[in-house]
Amino acid sequence: MSTPTSPAPRVALFATCLVDALRPAIGFSALELLEQAGCTVEIPPTQTCCGQPALNSGDQAGAAALARRNIALLEGFDAIIIPSGSCAGTLRSHYPELFPPTSPWHARAQSLAAKTFELLSYLHDIRHWRPQNLALPASCTYHDSCSGLRELGVKHQPRALLAGIAGLTLTEMPEAETCCGFGGTFCVKYPAISTAIVSEKTANIAATGADLLLGGDLGCLMNMAGRLHRQGVPVRAFHAAELLAGRGHGPAIGEPE
Amino acid sequence: MTAAFTARVSAALTDPTLKTAIERTTGNARAKRAAAVAAWPSFEAARDLGRDIKDHVTQNLAFYLAAFERNALASGAQIHWARTADEACDIVVRLCRQAGATSVTRAKSMLGEEIGLPHALEAAGIARVETDLAEHIVQLAGDRPSHIVWPALHKTREQVREMFACLHHEPGGLDSVEAMVASARRELRQKFMRADVGISGANFLVADTGAICTVTNEGNAELTTTPPRVHIVTAGIEKLVPSTAHAMSLLRLLVRSATGAELTQYTTFHCGPKRADDADGPREFHIVLVDNGRTRMLTEGLEDMLRCLRCGACLNHCVVYRQIGGHAYGGTYPGPMGAVLTPVLDGLPTAQDLPRACTLNGLCAEVCPVKIPLPTLIKGWRNKSWRLGLEPRAVTLALRLWRFAATRPALYRLGTRLALPVLRLFARSGWARALPFASGWTGQRDFPAPARQSFLDQIKERRHDRA
Repeated sequence: MSTPTSPAPRVALFATCLVDALRPAIGFSALELLEQAGCTVEIPPTQTCCGQPALNSGDQAGAAALARRNIALLEGFDAIIIPSGSCAGTLRSHYPELFPPTSPWHARAQSLAAKTFELLSYLHDIRHWRPQNLALPASCTYHDSCSGLRELGVKHQPRALLAGIAGLTLTEMPEAETCCGFGGTFCVKYPAISTAIVSEKTANIAATGADLLLGGDLGCLMNMAGRLHRQGVPVRAFHAAELLAGRGHGPAIGEPE
Repeated sequence: MTAAFTARVSAALTDPTLKTAIERTTGNARAKRAAAVAAWPSFEAARDLGRDIKDHVTQNLAFYLAAFERNALASGAQIHWARTADEACDIVVRLCRQAGATSVTRAKSMLGEEIGLPHALEAAGIARVETDLAEHIVQLAGDRPSHIVWPALHKTREQVREMFACLHHEPGGLDSVEAMVASARRELRQKFMRADVGISGANFLVADTGAICTVTNEGNAELTTTPPRVHIVTAGIEKLVPSTAHAMSLLRLLVRSATGAELTQYTTFHCGPKRADDADGPREFHIVLVDNGRTRMLTEGLEDMLRCLRCGACLNHCVVYRQIGGHAYGGTYPGPMGAVLTPVLDGLPTAQDLPRACTLNGLCAEVCPVKIPLPTLIKGWRNKSWRLGLEPRAVTLALRLWRFAATRPALYRLGTRLALPVLRLFARSGWARALPFASGWTGQRDFPAPARQSFLDQIKERRHDRA
């Protein structure tokens, strides 16, 4: 894999359907960070969804249809970068499982999986990018989203990168690695259980006294921020990439533009 | 989303003491397990070994079953084979009747719960005395176990004190946990000695000796299996291990994962009935080997689940279990392992909510001592549920529409362009408190207003501006 001194890799930014529709600031942050890290970034204009809702609901045919589409769309790039652990995990860990080993799609899915990365770990581990001249006087706490943490090993990378922002202090919450209760379609299929889970999470967040809640997955962040707002807890939520791209002074999730 | 499951979940979430009770026990278990694992540098290698031992037995099941039967018979035990839960219960009831039993003691066994043995004994008019302290509490309350290691986990000690005061014959002072245990001891001690038959489960069936192994922290298994004239063991065939050494390897994993202790207080290998020069022991020793769906699991892609040691670590770490407790699952086995096993035992239509009511966060697989890929197995049930048409119509319709749009980028972009301004109409100063078709979300959370324009449309405009 390339280092900052080797020729610029041509990477595809796969924004994810949530970032595309709900919070473009994360997409722009990812774009800027990848360019700072020496990548030639393309944003394939016909990208849609990774297929995770179908995959997790038992619709294997639907998931495979989207997987074939994304494999064809993205396999020509040096790397595919996704600002979400669960969507990156879908391409990396689950696309190959959708096709029998004898299918040519299986090999193509495996080769795509090998060059698909979650944004923050790609910046830190592969591009060795570090924040320069960033300052934000604030306290924050970090939620480890489950798929990024357990499927992709995203844990120390966002913390190491955030430590490079002058004035930003991190207070770990109890049970930072415990699921927030989002679970994709789980939160609307079983809202009562999901609410009970997220309410424990927001209590842990509030107990830190932090100004900001950070994470690497918009779905989880919306779940926690939406519950915090309903409870009237004034913690502001951002994707970590937004702070790393210098957007920490702008509106947080749910704040008017 | 069956009405029955929804009602059980609702009862659990509104129970004023359940959450406290769950968190006291599982929180303690999580902390102790974490400490035990941290103090065991070769834990990962031990997990691999545990997985390999269980897989080896599963792949050579017929061989080890035959070896176990041969060696158990040689030790003087009698072997009975049961294909189903009903067959197993019939055998146990017949053995109790043959022994002329009016009262039996029982040491906690999840297999016994699985096959419905408490009910079968009751139906046969045989008095049953549960000897595990937690099972004793469950029996007094006329309740069901809610955890596979701590069956009475759903009761707070305050509730137990109240029940002992009412139902024990000589409750005495119940002002401390020790006093409560002493009260249970007084209640149970005479019953241990008077029982005609003792029934236990088995944590391991040791193929090369024909012995069965029980682990407890109260010594009740020993008092259940030694004084009565007859000892009956009911065990699932997946409990087989090749040798005592293999059982010890698995025991280290089991106990640390369950309670964080290095070893249970009592670990006993029972081999055959009382011999002529033994001081004590049962005159008859029966082992009922139960299939009840296990060989079917081998052929239905669930062979990994046959590794399960019933340690309960996946329950203790599950965010869903921690909120709703064991009864809400509706089957014998709750939590992630229950979400995989209950559809085997009760059928997928009845248990369809269990694999669905999971966030797929993966922590259960991370703590499993024998590396069962629980989220993968849970997703396997979801795939089957989709194929069988058990998924709710609203979900399948929404996903089919989503797929239709997501495989047609122009339509997808048009849909986004139309939807965003509509969604924004519902928001006030950045947040929507209610959205059509999304009450599941907005019932208890606000929804952030979407962007004026999607990321991809903004990128497209920028390109136009630059060009």
